[in-house]
Amino acid sequence: MDRRKFIKTAGATALSANVLPFLKFSTAEAAPAGTAVVVIGQTLNSLDLHRKGTNRPSYQISVNCYDRLVSFGTKKMPDGSLSYDYSVLKPDLAESWELTADGKSLIFKLRADAVFSDGSSVTAEDVKWSLDRAVSLGGFPAVQMKAGSLIKPEQFVAVDEKTFKIDLIRPSKLTLPDLAVPVPFIINSKVAKKHATKDDPWATEYLHRNVAGSGAYKVTRWDPGQQLVYERNDKWTSGPLPGVKRVIVREVPSGATRRALIERGDVDMSFGVSDKDAKELAEKKGVSVVATPIENCIYCLCPNLAFEPFQDKKVRQAVAFTVPYEEIFKVAAYGQGVPMWGGKAASPADISWPQPFPYSTNIEKAKALLAETKYKDGFEVPLSINLSLASWMEPAALLIQEGLAKVGIKTTIEKIPGANWRSQALVEKKLPLHLENFGGWLNYPDYYFFWAYLKGHLFNSSNYDNPEVAKLVDETLHMEVSDPAYEPKIKRLLEIAFDDVPRIPLWQPTLNSAMSTKLTGYEYWFHRQLDARKLGKVGA
Amino acid sequence: MAAPTSRLGTIARRLGQALPALFGVIVVTFLLTRALPGDPAAYFAGPAADEKSIAQIRESLGLDRPLPEQFLLYLKDLAQGKMGNSISTGQPVAEELVRRLPASLELTFFALLLSLAIAVPMGVLAATHPGKPIDHICRFIVTAGVSLPTFFTGLALVFVFYYLLGWAPSPLGRLDFAYVSPPTVTGFYVIDALLIGDFETAGAALAQLTLPAITLALFTLAPLARMTRASMLQVLSSEFIRTARAAGLSGATVLGTYAFRNAVLPVITTLGMVFSFTLGANVLVEKVFAWPGIGSYAVEALVVSDYAAVQGFVLSMAVLFVALNLVIDILYTLIDPRIQLDD
Repeated sequence: MDRRKFIKTAGATALSANVLPFLKFSTAEAAPAGTAVVVIGQTLNSLDLHRKGTNRPSYQISVNCYDRLVSFGTKKMPDGSLSYDYSVLKPDLAESWELTADGKSLIFKLRADAVFSDGSSVTAEDVKWSLDRAVSLGGFPAVQMKAGSLIKPEQFVAVDEKTFKIDLIRPSKLTLPDLAVPVPFIINSKVAKKHATKDDPWATEYLHRNVAGSGAYKVTRWDPGQQLVYERNDKWTSGPLPGVKRVIVREVPSGATRRALIERGDVDMSFGVSDKDAKELAEKKGVSVVATPIENCIYCLCPNLAFEPFQDKKVRQAVAFTVPYEEIFKVAAYGQGVPMWGGKAASPADISWPQPFPYSTNIEKAKALLAETKYKDGFEVPLSINLSLASWMEPAALLIQEGLAKVGIKTTIEKIPGANWRSQALVEKKLPLHLENFGGWLNYPDYYFFWAYLKGHLFNSSNYDNPEVAKLVDETLHMEVSDPAYEPKIKRLLEIAFDDVPRIPLWQPTLNSAMSTKLTGYEYWFHRQLDARKLGKVGA
Repeated sequence: MAAPTSRLGTIARRLGQALPALFGVIVVTFLLTRALPGDPAAYFAGPAADEKSIAQIRESLGLDRPLPEQFLLYLKDLAQGKMGNSISTGQPVAEELVRRLPASLELTFFALLLSLAIAVPMGVLAATHPGKPIDHICRFIVTAGVSLPTFFTGLALVFVFYYLLGWAPSPLGRLDFAYVSPPTVTGFYVIDALLIGDFETAGAALAQLTLPAITLALFTLAPLARMTRASMLQVLSSEFIRTARAAGLSGATVLGTYAFRNAVLPVITTLGMVFSFTLGANVLVEKVFAWPGIGSYAVEALVVSDYAAVQGFVLSMAVLFVALNLVIDILYTLIDPRIQLDD
């Protein structure tokens, strides 16, 4: 080695030694090009949505790894972000569909080039097997299918290899949109049947751990409780290929840790951040926050009619006038969302939904209303909240408690663990006054009313029972929106809801995600899970 | 000497004695999980399920059968080594425990080693210099360590060393994406990576381990250091030490051979206790560092009344506890020949 070479090498060594301490660990940078890293707070528990006990976060597998017959379009929101478009149904695996002349069947033509990730063709047989499975395994999938009037395997017919028919039990506007939700995903039945057994004819064990679809991604690795790795399916035919080759979804339970990760730029996206973080992260450099109002979802205060004082409409209205809406919106929602109070008139001007109810904080009015009832001196009532949703329910409940105290209604706040919430609030419907967060997937007011205002229905935790509402919902639920009778009936429905207030709306919440400004293609979907099909990265 | 064989016999006998206790644990956890409020069938049926689908789930979980029958079925499964399926994670409980326990053990072991390495010398120094600055420093560290909640220490460490300084790797669990987990031998990533000579992965795993281990070490430091100090003080003031000093033995011999060896027994006892509670109680540390350990698994399972998972967790902890107590008893006999295992 000559002198010059020696000095050069030594210099380089010294340089690298100098640089080394400043090399920061950066996950997003360490990940190979074309990889997007997403952190979520919850955990995925299955790759199969139809399985019993599969939780919400796992629905993203259905979205990213499978296709459906039809899908929804995309629209730009006022803030420039992307959202799915409920008003546009577009082809997914079916290239076209039509109602038969007698109006009793829907005929779908499958796309000729549609293939599963193993290269085999998507046939009507696969579609039939998948939809049969969705209605046969019971649990939530069957309930969701039923909402679209899809209840039994006999309705599904594979006419020929690329033609599929659904026999309708009734004409309904909900059937087609219900085919675009995550539940009726199309499975490669050839692969699945190979792993089916006599005890397990629907291959639930296999599909619980494996994916057999035609979707935009394949799952290359799943470490339950830790991470899921998507790899792009280059054979995907239902849309333009995603801009990233891999998406790594990591489960990080602590919100503070997720926030540190996205702020430091070590991950590309933190999906579903709290309202507080959304507000604060929006001001950080290099991070953009998308907050999309969740369609057909309202956070409500529910007075239960099983509790005697709330049987009087005037008491419910009085309660609605005591709620300090603005403060709750500021403190509990950090201003993220759409106000649902302060409506102008007692009758709705249009049928947009959700829309503000005609209440605002007015203690005098509340006192006057209460004075007309036999509860003018107030009463005592427990106010229940769900501990799993304490981040917004707790501050909201404290403010509501203060408001109610001003008219003599004394409340004690009861915190109920998440596991017990459902049975106490929704099944037994025994909480006299509580906060509730129902949102419907299918974006129609009548669909919301069906779940939340009809006697005995799950989300009617107020035990509200009104024959006129029942009749109106029954008439409008399957009616086309274009039907001239639809609008007046919905207006009447809203009018009753305004006046009777068995549910007192607080605000419409948002789904917030924080992402690196380099990440593109984030899109909001009603199912509120990560849709990675359009993700891309600038400079990757 | 027949010591090894008799020791083996004693170990077998001790394990035999643990069986009734384990059975008791099985019965109590079974009953306790059933006594929890909340209906797992309703919970797992999902928010939009109706009565029929809840009933279907109840049936598939076997919860529609009478309790004694459920218990017998559970025992039968256990005898075949099956712990059932966790509904919340969708995985067999045994598989999940096998995967998660090493993560918790690796973290706890490492934290305790770290803790011992600091606590014991500190305790000894504090005992030999009572009332001096080192004693006060010891007291300060101990008080601070025990009074700061672990999630706070964890978050503070993340904030300083990851967020502000960027020295620590992203708090994303046991390994960064850039690395593939080493083939499982012990289940401890650092050791497994070293076994195949993959120093880079071992280093990465160690880097991930550092902050959560420091967090836990700070918390476990207190009882260990206090115990070392107290028992050293007691031993140092006893007569045989005075005699040893009077006999002109060197300070190091007195301290090391005579005093420390006698003082270490209570420290070992404390260590055993600290170990077992740390293993189950580091839920918050696991959450902050996305550590896929056993504590957070158990808590989530408990929250959703996931019977199989809770039972599996309690049972495995009970087995671990029995084993740990045995190991500690054996350690006693090695340290102090006066103590014998036999009853």
